[in-house]
Amino acid sequence: MRLSSSWRELVAAAAAFLLAANGTLAAAIGDVAPAFSLPAARGGTLALEQLRGQVVYVDFWASWCGPCRRSFPWMNEMHQRYGGRGLAIVAINVDAKREDAMRFLQQYPADFAVVYDHTGATPGAYAVKVMPSSYLIDARGRIAGIESGFVEERRAELEARIGALLGGR
Amino acid sequence: MPCNHPPQHRGARGVRPLAWALVAAMVTGCATTAPPQPWEKGVLARPEMQFDADPLDTKITQHIYTSKEAATGGYGAGGGGCGCN
Repeated sequence: MRLSSSWRELVAAAAAFLLAANGTLAAAIGDVAPAFSLPAARGGTLALEQLRGQVVYVDFWASWCGPCRRSFPWMNEMHQRYGGRGLAIVAINVDAKREDAMRFLQQYPADFAVVYDHTGATPGAYAVKVMPSSYLIDARGRIAGIESGFVEERRAELEARIGALLGGR
Repeated sequence: MPCNHPPQHRGARGVRPLAWALVAAMVTGCATTAPPQPWEKGVLARPEMQFDADPLDTKITQHIYTSKEAATGGYGAGGGGCGCN
């Protein structure tokens, strides 16, 4: 099929737009996890590089997200059980207003690290499609698992995955 | 002074690009507005943004409606038509 150059340009532009819109270029299993360095709730900044060598569970949450309320107690549990064995949980808040996040944290306290990103840069880099979304990152900094939403029935499987990544540690 | 273009012809020529611009704007319309990303739906999630902001009010309205219309169902909840609402 022969197309004139302007048509070819148009098709290329449309294809690029569709790719971007569908997030096909997004973070996928096996990819290097996009780096971030964000202000932490406990003060200072927390960067993903600082956690290299640990298994990292990155969770994107918001105060307005219903299932996030149920995921926090579970993440506390995981932190208690595996924190000492090399699991780092980082909950990235995407609220536009930090006060909303702080109010949520008063109701659902977090024992693990909480960082703030109101710009949307980090969820954009990870191409978050659902709230909440979680990314399990192995010790080499590669994405080992992606979890969309928080479903009670998948808790055991998620925990097994974390355990498998930690291995004999 | 010779006039090669009758006025109505000139007018039609001036309108055509405008018409095309209007068609283009109408066809593409909302396509240029990016939909909100999943992490940008905080405002949409607020109670006042729901169709039924007050669940009790919705329930009462539905009850009155089903009584007046002598029919139930169609709103998710089951209704047998036994007249026992």
